[in-house]
Amino acid sequence: MSTRLAKGGRLIDRTAAVEISFNGKRMKGYHGDTLASALLANDQMLVGRSFKYHRPRGIVASGPEEPNALVNLGSGARLEPNQRTTMTEVFDGLEASSQNHWPSLEFDVGVVNNYVSRFLPAGFYYKTFIHPRPFWKHVFEPIIRHSAGLGKAPTTGDADRYEQAYAFCDVLVVGAGVAGLLAARAAAQDGARVILLEQAPQLGGRSPVDETTVEGISVEDWLAKAEADLRAMDNVTIRTRTTGAGVYDHGYVLADERVADHTPGDGRPKHRLWRIRAGKIITATGAIERPLSFAGNDLPGVMLAGAVRDFVVNHAVSPGDRTVVVTNNDSAYQTALALKAAGLEVPVILDARDTADGALPEAARAAGIRVLTGRAIAKVKGGKRVTGVAVCAQAGEGAVLEEVSCDAVAMSGGWSPVVHLWSHCGGKLLWDETISAFVPDPARPPLNHDGSAMVSVVGAAAGLLDLPAILEAVASTGISARVETKGRRKEDVTKTVKTSVEIPPIWVMPQGAPITLRSKMWLDYQNDVKVSDVQLAAREGYQSVEHTKRYTTLGMATDQGKLSNINGLGVLADALGQEIPQVGTTTFRPPYTPVTLGALAGESRGEIFQPLRRTPMHESHEQSGAYFEPVGLWRRPYCFPRAGETHEQAVHREVLNTRSNLGLLDASTLGKIIVKGPDAGKFLDMMYTGVMSTLPVGRCRYGLMCNEQGFLSDDGVVARIDEDTWLCHTTSGGADRIHAWMEDWLQCEWWDWQVYTANVTEQYAQVAVVGPNARKLLQVLGGMDVSKEALPFMQWADGTLGGFPVRAYRISFSGELSYEIAVPASHGAAFWEACMEAGKALGAMPYGTECLHIMRAEKGFIMIGDETDGTVIPQDLGLDWAISKKKADFLGKRGQERSFLASPERWKLVGFETLDGSVIPDGSYIVAEGVNGNGQRNTQGRVTSTYYSPTLKRGIAMGLLHHGPQRMGEVVEFNTVSGGTVKARVRDAVFYDKDGEKQNV
Amino acid sequence: MLTLECPYCGVMADETELSPGYEAHLKRFGPGASPEEFEAYMFARKNPKGVHFERWRHSYGCGKWFLAARCTATLEVFGTYPAQVSEPPADIIAKIQARRPDWQPDWKATK
Amino acid sequence: MSDPVSALGGVAFNGFAEVREIGPVGMVALRAKDLKVLDKAIKAAVGTKVPAQRRIEVSGDRACGWMSPDEYLLVMPYAEVPTALAALAKALAGEHHLAVDVSDARAVFRIEGDKAADVLSKLSPTDLDRLAPGELRRSRTAQVPAAFWQQDGGYTLVCFRSVAGYVMGLLSHSATPGSELG
Repeated sequence: MSTRLAKGGRLIDRTAAVEISFNGKRMKGYHGDTLASALLANDQMLVGRSFKYHRPRGIVASGPEEPNALVNLGSGARLEPNQRTTMTEVFDGLEASSQNHWPSLEFDVGVVNNYVSRFLPAGFYYKTFIHPRPFWKHVFEPIIRHSAGLGKAPTTGDADRYEQAYAFCDVLVVGAGVAGLLAARAAAQDGARVILLEQAPQLGGRSPVDETTVEGISVEDWLAKAEADLRAMDNVTIRTRTTGAGVYDHGYVLADERVADHTPGDGRPKHRLWRIRAGKIITATGAIERPLSFAGNDLPGVMLAGAVRDFVVNHAVSPGDRTVVVTNNDSAYQTALALKAAGLEVPVILDARDTADGALPEAARAAGIRVLTGRAIAKVKGGKRVTGVAVCAQAGEGAVLEEVSCDAVAMSGGWSPVVHLWSHCGGKLLWDETISAFVPDPARPPLNHDGSAMVSVVGAAAGLLDLPAILEAVASTGISARVETKGRRKEDVTKTVKTSVEIPPIWVMPQGAPITLRSKMWLDYQNDVKVSDVQLAAREGYQSVEHTKRYTTLGMATDQGKLSNINGLGVLADALGQEIPQVGTTTFRPPYTPVTLGALAGESRGEIFQPLRRTPMHESHEQSGAYFEPVGLWRRPYCFPRAGETHEQAVHREVLNTRSNLGLLDASTLGKIIVKGPDAGKFLDMMYTGVMSTLPVGRCRYGLMCNEQGFLSDDGVVARIDEDTWLCHTTSGGADRIHAWMEDWLQCEWWDWQVYTANVTEQYAQVAVVGPNARKLLQVLGGMDVSKEALPFMQWADGTLGGFPVRAYRISFSGELSYEIAVPASHGAAFWEACMEAGKALGAMPYGTECLHIMRAEKGFIMIGDETDGTVIPQDLGLDWAISKKKADFLGKRGQERSFLASPERWKLVGFETLDGSVIPDGSYIVAEGVNGNGQRNTQGRVTSTYYSPTLKRGIAMGLLHHGPQRMGEVVEFNTVSGGTVKARVRDAVFYDKDGEKQNV
Repeated sequence: MLTLECPYCGVMADETELSPGYEAHLKRFGPGASPEEFEAYMFARKNPKGVHFERWRHSYGCGKWFLAARCTATLEVFGTYPAQVSEPPADIIAKIQARRPDWQPDWKATK
Repeated sequence: MSDPVSALGGVAFNGFAEVREIGPVGMVALRAKDLKVLDKAIKAAVGTKVPAQRRIEVSGDRACGWMSPDEYLLVMPYAEVPTALAALAKALAGEHHLAVDVSDARAVFRIEGDKAADVLSKLSPTDLDRLAPGELRRSRTAQVPAAFWQQDGGYTLVCFRSVAGYVMGLLSHSATPGSELG
């Protein structure tokens, strides 16, 4: 059984006990434990179930590569699924529960899959569920969805806060083992601004466990000094608990800092996502140990040898009293020695190699440990945990030579350099036969913006698996940390240092294992991919490693193949009769380890999820109980419902009141762009389809803007302010876009034209004063002459109203007597209140955007985004009067000359009124005779705006109809959502006050 | 995620501070242009693997449009320059050819 | 006439740094380029010299910032805008330029305290360690444009008025105690 040792544990503080719970069971741990070490200390070997067969799973690793020991961490608003116990620091009150089982961890019904596993081979889903087609959606998928998945998604909002931060440096070092510390020091001593990231809470990497001395002094002393040196330098920033997650173009790196995972609820952000821009990136990310593929290598109690060593040395936790070590390299002997030093039994070391005579094997023998070379594990015995191993010859087919009882197995299949960050942005790999692993190819690095190498690799990540080689590389090359700083550029010296470590390619144990054994050899523990599955895929013709990955799901688990990839490749290459470099490897993509969605969202949540644009009167509208709708990023009142009113009733009241008394609209969002200069008139004549250069000072003119294809893009009223100044109104959503469009042409096409623009949309609050009493209201406010004579329709004037400095435009989008009054935004709220107060006796009511829409539709005015959709030209809308025939050029003119746009066969704008008075459904098409090639009803037009008109007390609509204007009086049919059609008569689009008598008074 | 130096500000701008504007040095064809010319202006866009000229706007900065010469395959940036030119300036051409000796302009220089 | 009100009425948040909306502040956007009389015009309007690329010249409660090769931001007390506009109009008469009051189109914040830079570091892809004193940076804060510079031991930040509430939310979130970048 696994337990806590009486002595030792360099990371734990035995004076600081914490209580945790696992599946409701209370357990004791110490400050400094990981959840994995605490579970092992409490003999919790079984921690989860596998994805497909629901096989019992135990902790296998001690770092981020852990595939099995994933738990639901926390509860309620702090529940997080799929948390790796090996990376979770314990704290008092930690709650965890195991995943992927039902009804309980100990007894899981899903394990039945295990017994039918030969019916669930690689590609099972593809093969089984492909026919009959409809069954996938309605039968198979719902069932599989129910049984698939790991942890449970939280059902409540996250209680924690997250944030992001930007950082900049000359050199970013990822990983603070010996190599990373040396690289950071070298770069910092060169004067570079350095950031050093370390995923663990402490620095040192594997060195405190695997080494005794560094550069002649004890590893502890060396690390303490290295850290102290770095912390003393102003140009170095060290961030622990921070994982370098991804490397992107031009030195951009994402890193996930686990700020308060271990102190939940203390008010700090739970995670902080760093967005780092580095001049150069040095990865010192170490190596990950590989499992060995032998039958039963997935039983709880079979662990990586390095992990066993970590638990013993770091946390004083023994995975078992008797641990068999099985290996193909020397490093696992360290585990045997560490176990022995802790007073535990190592009954045998099984070494697959024919000879093992290095210093470590000799030390093991000297310590009295039995070492068998050329031996392998035929099979691990046990059910929910290891009870023993059957020993066989590695060269054979698995005939059992002896059985050894044990309660743990420590395995080492060699070490794979962590090349993920090197590869994320295009760094290429070489196959290193000495250590049977992919290593970065220094000749083909990922490139920076200037074409220089963006990433370099040091330490075990570069394939240097022993400390002497790492130190020698530093001494001989000055480490590749010598990078461009302060204008000096030091070339990387090509590294010639070789590691003394040799790791033979042993992909299957024993080498001649029959199918009965191969179908119990796990490659991918989480996804239940076995040696036999990869071999089956090869037999079925899968040659590409990328295809094999997707077919078998090898490496597609949450650990993304950190343990399984190389072993799987080895098996695939063998099965294909190819070398591994020919087979290649799958693509490494960010993130290195999962990054929680909260960190990716950062501050963008709740109130500040996205910018909301508010007018100066927004608060007043809120107090009036306005119901808002989004218009771009603006929030505009849709209507102002009164107590007991539906929105529809409110809108109808607002229309009728505005038409009969007085309505007030917050029109502040309307775009306002000043265009000024000697060439401004010429410029506007290019921007608009009509002529703006001839507009007299003091006058207003409606204009249309098209894109170069000729399609209508925006509209609005232009006012001539003075001889060389115009003010262009745009749609509410269009101000920024149109301003950018103007600047584009001025900067990139007509850069010699003397024109300046300024977007002054937000400088002004604007109030539309609309209705028969509009003039009366302005007269009550007083201060300027707003009479028909002084301020006729389509003119503007500056003055004061109620003491406010205003610019009054006599324009109308409703067909009523109407003024739009612009005041400086900082007086907007006060002016709105003044209008409301003065308007009380005149029947003033505020109205919203829906009322605006209905009134403009009653008048047949178009709305950008309703009548237009990027495929409509002004001519389609009967706006030929606003297009100059005389001008030689304007934006969109050539586009509109294209034959299909100039064609008389286009759908054109007309009005519609239903025969039964009902409202045509939004989005309806006008059906035509016959069906098209797909058996769908032919169409001859569509509705663009459709409303109930409270003024006319019936449904009204505008729409585009083939030959529309020539078909007045004809009855056409619109399709409806419920099936069937609704009949409507074609008519003029102006439904109300055709002669404009109401607005021109 | 790219960084490009704004030639107006001298700021090494982050891609999130910029807006893309697609291919640079397009010649506008207006009324009177043939269908072929207009089609080329509106629709025929280069999509090279390698050296490419693009428009970018420093939209969160000075608001100015500038042009960039970069490699679409390696994302190496050869240089950025103001937009008020009808073809890439000589120093940019020289920088590209120093890095890509095989590359030749596909236009005829006007001066 | 009412008193002018800033977008948020001077709201403040005290976190590990202090965030305050200030104003209303007088601002004029001046667009002009290669004019001999520009020196005189800016001197007359706000009393500073013409700022070099990316610089802001501060003189008491007035300033002139470089916004682009042909745009300057003139800062002054709110009430002085008409005088400044008149001074510009006089000095630049006959020259191609555009001077426009944008005081009410903007919101202005102060971020103060030892760790004020941390607040901005969470929102803007700007290398604040390398932001020189007197340098004006136009960038973004999260999803909206902003301009900022160091002044009086803190930062002054300018954004559009309509998103003042959003920016205040950002700054407050970023200044929350316990979230110092260390």
